[in-house]
Amino acid sequence: MINKLDKELNFHHQALSLRAARQELLSSNVANADTPNFKAKDIDFASVLRDRLSLTTNINKTGLITTSSRHINTSNVGPLGDDLLYRVPLQPSADGNTVDMDMERTRFADNSVKYDASITFINNEFRNIALAMQER
Amino acid sequence: MSLFNVFDIASSAMSAQSQRLNVVASNLSNADSVTSSTGEPYRGRQVVFSTLQAAANGASGVKVAGIVHDASPMRQVFEPKHPLSDKNGYVTMPNVNVVDEMVNMMSASRSYQNSVDMMNTTKSLLQKTLTIGQ
Repeated sequence: MINKLDKELNFHHQALSLRAARQELLSSNVANADTPNFKAKDIDFASVLRDRLSLTTNINKTGLITTSSRHINTSNVGPLGDDLLYRVPLQPSADGNTVDMDMERTRFADNSVKYDASITFINNEFRNIALAMQER
Repeated sequence: MSLFNVFDIASSAMSAQSQRLNVVASNLSNADSVTSSTGEPYRGRQVVFSTLQAAANGASGVKVAGIVHDASPMRQVFEPKHPLSDKNGYVTMPNVNVVDEMVNMMSASRSYQNSVDMMNTTKSLLQKTLTIGQ
């Protein structure tokens, strides 16, 4: 039974933590809107979530063992690591910055609403479970 | 908890933008300062932003890498009666462009507002997160 509950909630857990990570990325884009040569980053939410949910890719995603400080360290690339993508600028600017404020703010708002939605789903899930457990 | 990092990022942006606003205020108020403690006329200053690697996630904040002096030529004003005029009657004035500084100010305050907005959004999301299961 607990296993089943876990399975139900795992999807929402993954989705919510990915939403939070994306929120962080988007806020970093907005924060660096005036930094020269800053390149805006984002993730392809759907594909990353699919990756996270499939167990096989998780097994393959183990870090490299490094024996020298000069080796490329894969452990500090973070939970998003190679999933990070650079945004293609629609209107390139003279200082090499690729932050498009309209786009970033729209995605930020979009991500917030979907984070909110995820929380609502989780709450509903709990409510359903509680209802199922109720003694009549 | 990566949502808390948004606070770090937004606050780094806010402090960087407020430093920029500070420099703008200094430039605007000294736009007509012909002399200073060093005896030289005031030179415009500009902040240089750089990214600050905060989280391992690829997200980064902002920091002020330094404040540089504006290298553009000083403004020469013909004013023979001025006590600091040279032998040709010209006074060397600061190289501050007031219009540029006003635009800089607007840009800084908008960016600051953006950061505050991000913080508020994230705060309400976190509060909502705390209600899970209630």
